Amino acid sequence: MKAGSIPSSRFSLRDLVSESVAGMLARPGRTVLTVLGTVLGIAALVATLGLAKTAGNQIVTRFDALAATSVTVSNRSQGFSFSEEPRESHIPWDAEDRLTRLNGVVAAGTQSIVDTARELVRSVPINDPLGQSEFSVDVYAASPGLFAAIGTTLHTGRVFDAGHDQRREPVAVLGPGAARRLNITRVDQQPAIFVGDTTLVVIGILEDTEREPVLLDAIIIPNGAAQGLFGLLAPAEVQIRTEIGATRLIGEQAAVALSPNDPSLLRVSLPPEPKAVKEQVASDVNTLFLVLGGVALLVGAIGIANVTLVSVIERVGEIGLRRSVGATRRQVAAQFLGESAAMGFVGGIIGASIGVLVIVVVSAVRQWTPVLDAWVPLAAPLVGAAIGLIAGLYPSWRAASLEPIEALRSGT
Amino acid sequence: MTSITTDPKTSAVSLDAVSRTFPGSPPVEAVRAASLTIAAGEYVSIVGPSGSGKSTLLHLLGCLDQPTDGAYHLNGIDVGALPDRKRTALRGREIGFVFQSFHLLSHRTVVDNVTTGMLYNRTPRRQRRTQATEALGRVGLESRTDFTPTKLSGGERQRVAIARAIAPGPSLLLCDEPTGNLDSGTTETLLDLFDELRSDGGLTLIIITHDEAVSRRADRRVTIVDGVLSEVEA
Repeated sequence: MKAGSIPSSRFSLRDLVSESVAGMLARPGRTVLTVLGTVLGIAALVATLGLAKTAGNQIVTRFDALAATSVTVSNRSQGFSFSEEPRESHIPWDAEDRLTRLNGVVAAGTQSIVDTARELVRSVPINDPLGQSEFSVDVYAASPGLFAAIGTTLHTGRVFDAGHDQRREPVAVLGPGAARRLNITRVDQQPAIFVGDTTLVVIGILEDTEREPVLLDAIIIPNGAAQGLFGLLAPAEVQIRTEIGATRLIGEQAAVALSPNDPSLLRVSLPPEPKAVKEQVASDVNTLFLVLGGVALLVGAIGIANVTLVSVIERVGEIGLRRSVGATRRQVAAQFLGESAAMGFVGGIIGASIGVLVIVVVSAVRQWTPVLDAWVPLAAPLVGAAIGLIAGLYPSWRAASLEPIEALRSGT
Repeated sequence: MTSITTDPKTSAVSLDAVSRTFPGSPPVEAVRAASLTIAAGEYVSIVGPSGSGKSTLLHLLGCLDQPTDGAYHLNGIDVGALPDRKRTALRGREIGFVFQSFHLLSHRTVVDNVTTGMLYNRTPRRQRRTQATEALGRVGLESRTDFTPTKLSGGERQRVAIARAIAPGPSLLLCDEPTGNLDSGTTETLLDLFDELRSDGGLTLIIITHDEAVSRRADRRVTIVDGVLSEVEA
């Protein structure tokens, strides 16, 4: 027999796979515990990607209708100022009339915070020493069209109209938060509130609003009353509700309509494009949970590495035996790598299944449509296997570097 | 020291002044200038007290270790000149090992344990199974193929280990204290089995033991004391 005629050892892929699977199944209980970290990590990642996409879709659907119809016009800020002096406003009092003439505008109304010289508001004419009866509540001045422009719903009573405005009547509509604080629940007897020494008659209480939630905690009075009672100089901004899809057009025309001499003095805010919002929402949700999933995966990898290392130490005798029946160092390393990769692979499958289940359950509870990229559950087992492979590098190197004699001697 | 000089090219095993020294302070000479030639089909027992160098000699014979000095030929191949990869392959094809502690995979079935002996030497999958079943038949365990070793007695486990060693059809069977964990009755059965295996073909059998009963049944008896080999005249 010639030395050159010795065929080198071979460990086929099929044998590698079957030995790895057998090694993994040898201690099923331990394998389950080992892959738990990977399972959690992959499940977190899959659920995150799926839920972000699902939720993103929902938010966009709901956001679209609102976004496609809102335009806000305000004064362009003239540099930064610490002074509380009201700046010159370029929005005319008849802004509402000017804008509703434009084709595409459904409703428009001015909205301005009123300077009440920090007067407190109360609903009873006397000071009650036993309880708090005076509150600090924001007062806003509005033109009658504002309520339609921002989509308010009424709880009780009515909102003011152009007549109240023109006659400068001291009437007020309360946001639900303000009404609760002032203890006003009904308006049929025309309750009065007092802003400092100024008396206002409450004619309505709002239920909710689609835009401008700041008004929920405010007292809203007509522009006329604000001019007469509190000296409001000019409206601060205009809220416009347009036909669906007309925001861009109205955005261009509104500034010219309000300030024909110099439209550039006004700033027109269009809502962000729905697509941009969708991506932003997705990325907000993703970043946090992807980090969490990544941490869980790291922990999973450390778990696999630990257990594989312990298993190498326990199976020193087996390593010695395999070396004695012709396994090369590389083939021993391949087997341990195969086992850790197989554990990662199985962890990936289980994790992806749990992740998909979480998406479906959450969607079912919230009545959403579950959305998930098809590649996510397919890639999950591969990611798991890759993690197992990386985790197995050091243990399998240890296994391969064992001398067969040492392994046979110390192993049983 | 007795040295039997024949042509290393034709004999199964040929040690020529082989030494194995382990570095350290002081260095340990586990095997000193051992020369031994064994013809194919011979049954040789190597006897010696603990620490005499028996295991080191077995590792050298089994190509698990390299001599620091001298030449070792197995079936005419100079083992010392082989790279690690070739020596590993040679082990897988030519040498069967039977260890005192069996070294069985406790979570795998008996037949899987036996096929492990052929896993790396290019035997096709199906043939591995056939040869394993055949080897288990030869050691009388055909009814135990699907058991796990944990369900077997000590003697049965050692027979599984022997089946694993002989299944690939090695030319040299090396046994390291194969009866060390067995009672005397089981030992006798096992020695009868060795006799049978030898009668079937040209299997060379080297048993390292300190059990007189085992060594008596060999064709030739070699003792090793403090790393020095000497042949015991029959």
